[in-house]
Amino acid sequence: MRTNHIAFGAAILAALAAFLPGRSEADLKLPREKVTLVAPPFVHPHEQVAKSGPKITEFRMAVIEKPIVIDESGTTIPGLTFNGSIPGPLLVAHEGDYIELTLANPAANKMAHSIDFHAATGGLGGAALTLIQPGEETTLRWKATRAGVFVYHCAPGGEMTPLHVVSGMSGAVMVLPREGLRDGAGKPLHYDRVYYIGESDFYVPRGPDGKFQSFTEVSDYFPKALEVMRKLVPTHVVFEGKVGALTGKNALLAKVGETVLIVHSEANRDSRPHLIGGHGDYVWETGKFDNPPEKNLETWFIRGGSAGAALYTFRQPGLYAYLSHNLIEAVELGAAAHFKVAGQWNDDLMKQVSPPAPIGAEGATQAKSRKPGS
Amino acid sequence: MLMQATKRAAMTLLAVPLGIASMSGVTLPSSPIPVEMIDVAPRAYAYRMAGDFNQAGWPIDAPLIALTRNSALHIMKRQVTAAEYDRCVAEGKCSARAANESVEPELPAVRVSWRDATAYAVWLSARTGETWRLPTDEEWVFAAGSRFHDDGLLVAATRNPATRWLARYDRESQREALDQQPRPAGAFGVNELGLFDLSGNVWEWTNTCFTRQSLDEKGRPFGPSSTNCGVRVAEGEHRAYVIDFIRDARGGGCSVGKPPTNLGFRLVREDGAVSEIAFAWRRLMFND
Repeated sequence: MRTNHIAFGAAILAALAAFLPGRSEADLKLPREKVTLVAPPFVHPHEQVAKSGPKITEFRMAVIEKPIVIDESGTTIPGLTFNGSIPGPLLVAHEGDYIELTLANPAANKMAHSIDFHAATGGLGGAALTLIQPGEETTLRWKATRAGVFVYHCAPGGEMTPLHVVSGMSGAVMVLPREGLRDGAGKPLHYDRVYYIGESDFYVPRGPDGKFQSFTEVSDYFPKALEVMRKLVPTHVVFEGKVGALTGKNALLAKVGETVLIVHSEANRDSRPHLIGGHGDYVWETGKFDNPPEKNLETWFIRGGSAGAALYTFRQPGLYAYLSHNLIEAVELGAAAHFKVAGQWNDDLMKQVSPPAPIGAEGATQAKSRKPGS
Repeated sequence: MLMQATKRAAMTLLAVPLGIASMSGVTLPSSPIPVEMIDVAPRAYAYRMAGDFNQAGWPIDAPLIALTRNSALHIMKRQVTAAEYDRCVAEGKCSARAANESVEPELPAVRVSWRDATAYAVWLSARTGETWRLPTDEEWVFAAGSRFHDDGLLVAATRNPATRWLARYDRESQREALDQQPRPAGAFGVNELGLFDLSGNVWEWTNTCFTRQSLDEKGRPFGPSSTNCGVRVAEGEHRAYVIDFIRDARGGGCSVGKPPTNLGFRLVREDGAVSEIAFAWRRLMFND
């Protein structure tokens, strides 16, 4: 008797399934492209101007829970990451494309995770449909209806949402206009390089000796970190997950004459990027490409919970710092990156007329004794 | 009775200098802290001058000159430890290191400024009747031998200011990133002259001030130099110029460039007729 009911029920379901959309993925008759993601600050290869029609771009990410060292003192916190990097990788598509992400939560992990794409529509950005326990994976497809750079972050719900975000679990997508970037007059703008900088604020408890405590387990870290979080003052503000991550051997490279797009996201807290020695030639401060970019900015504002993009063509060689221009945060808390730029110096733009020398007639005479340059 | 004798014996023991490895033959009857010294024998050595130099108005590497030191240099074998520095603090002559900082006493005293190091030297001199001070940059280089990292950039003369900036940045970026945790004496090895831990993760203060000097085409000083003794040379993996009240240079003096991991110090002891006389007088007067 029972068996007959089950068989009957299964037959009904099978019949219905033929009419139900979705699971077979046959609804969108669009080409597919699989993209391999690249760790920030680099970005996977992509077209700036779409050469063909809309497509479904397939991405895959795994959530990696691992201890992370966030400063040169070795301060360690339990990191929660998309694909093992902080920030998670930048996903690039064009307006009108579909992004299809398979998100995996490996069995070795301890926590449930999800993803909220600020660029997506409905379902809490996708978080309502992607909550995965350790050992599970899910696939979400969303239509890129709006051009711009947008944050994504983990959002398991309740207190876990801010905790996961300030443990490293955010990234960004870039939805390019199909015709590529343009200025306010419609003139095409092209970049030779793109860098993605993800800024993170961390809240690390200190021990009775005043030093930062280190943790490997979220269960130990969370109650103490929460007290620090609730004061709203971070102990670390860093790019790419660690003080100095984009300096020294990992300084960003460019050449005089090259145009660089700098995508900057902060999933939680305001930031004010500034390129010391440079400018934002064209800045989409709010990050959305349907708005004409502002021009010639010295410093721009990334609202917490958003991403912005700045385009600059380097004109002088040398060293540049790209930092959040709260200088305390930049110098003391870690919010600084370096650019190394090769090329010829332009005396027209800047010239040291006389070098530092003792004040007074004699000093000035020495300084002006400089031989004209070659 | 037995307790009294033990106490007296203990007090006598404290008065005996322990662990003095000095080969100069001078003993310290009541040094508050036994200090191991190295005597570095006189020799000729190459010295890259410290400070900023320019020639005909364009920045150049500091001159590399030949120096000869004619007398032995008496320098501490290792960096001053946290315990030693805290003795000075306890006696009210040095500023306390960072609040609540609990560093093991035998590790080098770090997060000390040039002013802290100088106060320590003044205190140690008063306690021992000898003359202790920070080394000059020349003395540090003399004692460091192969551990001195020449900061000459060796780039061809150029009117492109970026060339030197990038060369210095690349040079400093090549060095191994050292973690900040102070290590016990000897952890960074010993140089050929017997000194511990030079150019490890502790940069050592010197007394040498920051100077800027113009040179003429022949490399001779041209006009007066600018000197800023608010900035002193700190030596280590690379030479650094650090403001004298800074205890932690990790924030960096400038936006770019690699700052010292830790700031600490070791001292030299001057031997001279004056200090010997003061020494003898003190012994006479205080009967110790």
